[in-house]
Amino acid sequence: MSGKVITVTSGKGGVGKTTATANLGAALADFGQKVVCLDGDIGLRNLDVVMGLENRIVYDLVDVVEGRCRLRQAMIRDKRLPELYLIPAAQTRDKSAISPSDMVRLCDELRPECDWILIDSPAGIERGFRNAIAPADIVVVITNPEVSAVRDADRIIGLVEAEEKGPARLVINRIKPEMVRRGDMLAVDDILELLAVQLVGMVPDDESVLTSTNRGTPVVLDGKSKAGLAFRNVARRLKGEEVPFMNLEDGGGFFNRLTRMIRSGGS
Amino acid sequence: MLSVLDRLLGREPKSAQMAKERLKLVLVHDRTDISPGVLELLKDDLIAAISRHIEIDPSAVRIEMANEGREQRLIADIPLRPLRKRKLG
Repeated sequence: MSGKVITVTSGKGGVGKTTATANLGAALADFGQKVVCLDGDIGLRNLDVVMGLENRIVYDLVDVVEGRCRLRQAMIRDKRLPELYLIPAAQTRDKSAISPSDMVRLCDELRPECDWILIDSPAGIERGFRNAIAPADIVVVITNPEVSAVRDADRIIGLVEAEEKGPARLVINRIKPEMVRRGDMLAVDDILELLAVQLVGMVPDDESVLTSTNRGTPVVLDGKSKAGLAFRNVARRLKGEEVPFMNLEDGGGFFNRLTRMIRSGGS
Repeated sequence: MLSVLDRLLGREPKSAQMAKERLKLVLVHDRTDISPGVLELLKDDLIAAISRHIEIDPSAVRIEMANEGREQRLIADIPLRPLRKRKLG
C-alpha cells in the first residue's frame, strides 16, 4: 500500500474541518479502505471526541515524534470500522512541539500501512497549518456560504498554491437551500465564481450532524442523513469516482419550481 | 449590481448579491496586496506619463483590477479625445 495524504483545512475556525475529517475518514473506511485520521490541532484537540474515541487515548502525536512510543501504539482503532484509526493530538502542548518535517516523516512511515491518511488542520495560517499541509498530496478546503469563511478560504487556496500543494479542492459546508432560494445566502455557483477552484462537495446544513457528533458516531453511517450522503459523495470523489452533485432542494413541488423559474428568469 | 427589474421597482438587491459584490472587491485586493489608494497613485502617474505624448481626458481614465480564474489583471481604460475636439481645444 502507498497511502495518499489528504489535508483538510479552512483558514477560518468553526466551518466544519473536524467534522469533515472524521466523516471522510469513516466513509472511506466504510468503502473498505484502510484509513488513519491524524489530529493536527495540537493544544486544541477535538478529532477524538468527534470520532467518539476520547476515552481510549494513551499516546498522542507528540509522543510519537518525541520517541516516547512507537507509531502503532498511538493508533487508536475505531469502535465500528475496523479499518479506521485515529492518531490524536497532544492536548497539553502547542503547535511548536512539531515541525513540518516531523509531519512529512510521520506520514512517510504511515503510507505503507494504509490507503489514506487524513489530517485535520487547525484554523489559521501559522505553524499548525504549515505542519498540516507539509505532507499533503491533496488539500481539501472547507468553507461556509458566508463572507468571512469565503474570504479566508481564498487566502488559504492562495497559500496552498504558493506551497505547490495545489490545486486545492473545495467543500462548501452548511448550505441552507431555502436561504439560497430566497437570495439570502451565497449560492454554490457564486462561491465557485469567486474562488475559481474545483468543487468536490456541497453539504447541506443538517441537524443530524450535531446529533451524530453528540453521540460520537459518524453521520456518514446514518443512511437517512442528507449531510451524511453528501460527505460520502465527497469521499467517493476523492477516491477518483465521478459522482454527480445531488440536488440539495427537496423536490419542492410544482409551485416552488414555478416560482424558482420565474425568479431566475427575472434577475 | 442591481438588476434592471430591481431598479425599476426600487428594490434593494438581495443580500447574497451584495455579499458576492463585496467579496469580489475584497478578494482582488487580498490576492494582490494592492490597495485602492495605490491604484489611485498608479492612475495619476499613468495619466501624467500618457499626457506628455497624447491628449487625454484625465477624468475618463479608469484603472481596475480584474480576475480570470485565479489570475489577476490590471486593466486600464484610457479614452482618447476625438480629433475635432483636440484641434479646437
